[in-house]
Amino acid sequence: MNKIVEKEHFSEKIVKIVVEAPLIAKSRKPGNFVILRVGEKGERIPLTIAGANVEKGTIDLVVQKMGVSSTKVCDLEVGEYITDLVGPLGKPTEIHNLGTILCCGGGVGNAPLLPIVEAYKKAGNKVITILAARNKDLIILEDEMRKHSDELIVMTDDGSYGKKGLITEGMEEVIKREKIDECVTIGPAIMMKFCSLLTKKYEIPTVASLNSIMVDGTGMCGACRVTVGGKTKFTCVDGPEFDAHQIDFEEMMSRLGGYKQEEVDKYDQFQK
Amino acid sequence: MERSEEYIKNERKQDWRVALQKKTKAKDRMSIERVEMSEMAPEERIKSQRLEVNSGLTKEQAILEATRCMDCVNPTCMEGCPVSINIPKFIKHIECGETLEAASVLKETSALPAVCGRVCPQELQCEQKCFYVEKLNQPAVAIGYLERFAADFERESGHVATPEMVASNGIKVAVIGSGPSGLSFAGDMAKLGYDVTVFEALHEIGGVLKYGIPEFRLPNAVVDVEIESLRRMGVKFITNYIVGQTASLDDLKADGYKAFYVGSGAGLPRFMNIPGENANGILSSNEYLTRVNLMGADSEESDTPVLRGKNVVVVGGGNTAMDSVRTAKRLGAERAMIVYRRSEEEMPARVEEVHHAKQEGVEFLTLTNPIEYIADENGRVAQMKVQKMELGEPDSSGRRRPVPVEGSEYILDCEVVVVAVGVSPNPLIPNSVEGLDVSKWGTIEVVKDKMQSSIPEMFAGGDIVRGGATVILAMGDGRKAAKNMDIYLQEKYLSKKVEL
Ligand SMILES: Cc1cc2nc3c(=O)[nH]c(=O)nc-3n(C[C@H](O)[C@H](O)[C@H](O)COP(=O)(O)OP(=O)(O)OC[C@H]3O[C@@H](n4cnc5c(N)ncnc54)[C@H](O)[C@@H]3O)c2cc1C
Ligand SMILES: Cc1cc2nc3c(=O)[nH]c(=O)nc-3n(C[C@H](O)[C@H](O)[C@H](O)COP(=O)(O)OP(=O)(O)OC[C@H]3O[C@@H](n4cnc5c(N)ncnc54)[C@H](O)[C@@H]3O)c2cc1C
Ligand code: SF4
Ligand code: FES
Repeated sequence: MNKIVEKEHFSEKIVKIVVEAPLIAKSRKPGNFVILRVGEKGERIPLTIAGANVEKGTIDLVVQKMGVSSTKVCDLEVGEYITDLVGPLGKPTEIHNLGTILCCGGGVGNAPLLPIVEAYKKAGNKVITILAARNKDLIILEDEMRKHSDELIVMTDDGSYGKKGLITEGMEEVIKREKIDECVTIGPAIMMKFCSLLTKKYEIPTVASLNSIMVDGTGMCGACRVTVGGKTKFTCVDGPEFDAHQIDFEEMMSRLGGYKQEEVDKYDQFQK
Repeated sequence: MERSEEYIKNERKQDWRVALQKKTKAKDRMSIERVEMSEMAPEERIKSQRLEVNSGLTKEQAILEATRCMDCVNPTCMEGCPVSINIPKFIKHIECGETLEAASVLKETSALPAVCGRVCPQELQCEQKCFYVEKLNQPAVAIGYLERFAADFERESGHVATPEMVASNGIKVAVIGSGPSGLSFAGDMAKLGYDVTVFEALHEIGGVLKYGIPEFRLPNAVVDVEIESLRRMGVKFITNYIVGQTASLDDLKADGYKAFYVGSGAGLPRFMNIPGENANGILSSNEYLTRVNLMGADSEESDTPVLRGKNVVVVGGGNTAMDSVRTAKRLGAERAMIVYRRSEEEMPARVEEVHHAKQEGVEFLTLTNPIEYIADENGRVAQMKVQKMELGEPDSSGRRRPVPVEGSEYILDCEVVVVAVGVSPNPLIPNSVEGLDVSKWGTIEVVKDKMQSSIPEMFAGGDIVRGGATVILAMGDGRKAAKNMDIYLQEKYLSKKVEL
């Protein structure tokens, strides 16, 4: 049982919670995630550790309402408990001093991206961050990102904030302007796919963090499998980050929809 | 609890045993027919994942079955039992109507008799070596049923004996993984006075007993009673804790743990690496069974979804495959099919489970192997291409090798496929502990009979050492490790009286 000590609404559908988890706070690294469960009938769902405070023994989670389970997490109030929380899971991001890093976040992907941006900066890189969303209201963690980035670009589909356009347009501008040594992309699968296609064209090594469906998160079930470089990998133990140019994004997106009808049915039932 | 042949022989000469031996003639014993386990009707039991198939023996049935046992001078059945349960002794107690005594005999060597009585492959172990089978070519004494009877009787009587405990010695030991191996280790170490903490990655205690083996074979309540008695013995359980991730082994050492037992199991599912295998609707038996057994996805109330289909194919022939296909039946599949590349004779599953699956209407497509999956336009599996097989020369496992029959391919419709072709050792601990000797199969190497790894304070057993094996072997390893770890810790800390 892990207590929620703070809660903040980033937008109608995106909530940040700060949760007591002293051991995880201590051992987590950028790129790690947790799996949690709300209620005895709850589902196990993965969420990235967006930040941690070792002294207070807390971790930050940023959750977007998708279906039943994420809604249940978002509905928890300060003082309430998460039934089960396990982590840190997954391989941490490999952080090196490489030169200039282009960090691209879409939607709630900004949350997992934040600790990575922070770590790259700390390792001595020049960090250029691009945040993208459909509109202004969906841009999250902008100030925190700005603090750890040498440059921050915001892109919105509708032009309600920052520059109008897709994330790839912003990326291409930067790529044409200066040499990028590595790119990191975290966001909706479709966004990561297009980011990856772009950087492939420019031969920039790129890492994507995959949000596949998971159950145990320890390599036991294989629900999270993805094809990388023609080989089957388990996102939870081999990832969640992989060489983006090797990922079979079509398969990955198809697998994300693997339980779609079942999830929609559960959601309808839940709303009743 | 090492017992010599001498000891067994002397016990057999005790008055009460001799009286029993004299009471009924061998001929009369032999003329009794083996008991049949009563079970719920197939059409009833497939309505729920949580209805136990076997309903146990009545006391009269148990006593009659126990009377069949000849109380052999040389009880070969015991040789077939991986933990050498004193089989004639517990059976003879049942014959006298002393069921609680029978249960305590079981507990001398098996930490979880109610579990073993349900899931051990008796026909390959004790029962295969029974005098009736070896000498008379008749059905063996139903040792498994009797074991289950005694353990259930004890549990339901409310008189669960708490084992004798040695005074606490304050030495902290950690158990990694709460499967049968970790649990039996924990029980023995607690008895010996150690301060035992079990760490489990999942949110439930029990390992495969909870997330793998379905409740229609092994109700969770049965496992929970055993866990509860460990708690009463002072064993602590910490769930949602992955050793090597949540904290390292060094962190645990810094917390004062002096030794470790790794019972982390063989939780890594294997796939066949054939085209289309990553399509939606194709999942490992671990995913399928975990969703249903651990997460309760068979119930409307659970938030966890599970895939249902009209045609469900399960690939494989072990217990995992049988559990999956019977689960599919219970989730409403019209056709629940086993596709297995060898013949039924070579199936590693328990005979009883194959039998029960057939009663429930499961179709067996043996000598058949999948070679490709075909998905629909949404990426969901719709069909599988299979190939007929025939049996050739025996391979290294001693079983005849399946050989594909050219041109025999055909198509099967299926909306859900469960791949149950085996598991590999869980890599979390082998990957995270430096200096640990690991085999090329990923199992932890231990000194046989001691279960000690290349790191002296780390012992290991169960599936992480053997690869996918059985509950009783996992438990036997736990007990062996406890005995040897005790010796190791005694020497290191207690005899020298070093400061802890
Ligand atoms: C390593 C990892 C880290 C993650 N980190 C975060 C995080 O920090 N914050 C966060 O909000 N989410 C994160 N996710 C995604 C999160 O786990 C899912 O959004 C969540 O499981 C949805 O559960 P649900 O039951 O609410 O929705 P569901 O009922 O499962 O889904 C509702 C609908 O959303 C779609 N969907 C389901 N899962 C995903 C997904 N992963 N991505 C896109 N669409 C999906 C389904 O197709 C379905 O139609 C992460 C996932 C992974 C694997
Ligand atoms: C579906 C199925 C049916 C079976 N049927 C039978 C049967 O009928 N008869 C029979 O004898 N055998 C059967 N078996 C095999 C039997 O269940 C196993 O041999 C036995 O459970 C192995 O026990 P174990 O204690 O070694 O590991 P497990 O039961 O696998 O338990 C290992 C536990 O360790 C945990 N763990 C792993 N790594 C860590 C870590 N780093 N930190 C904390 N925790 C960790 C895991 O989460 C797991 O709970 C079956 C297996 C399956 C999957
Ligand atoms: S071999 Fe069979 S008959 Fe003989 S003691 Fe064992 S169970 Fe009884
Ligand atoms: S989530 Fe089960 S193997 Fe990755």
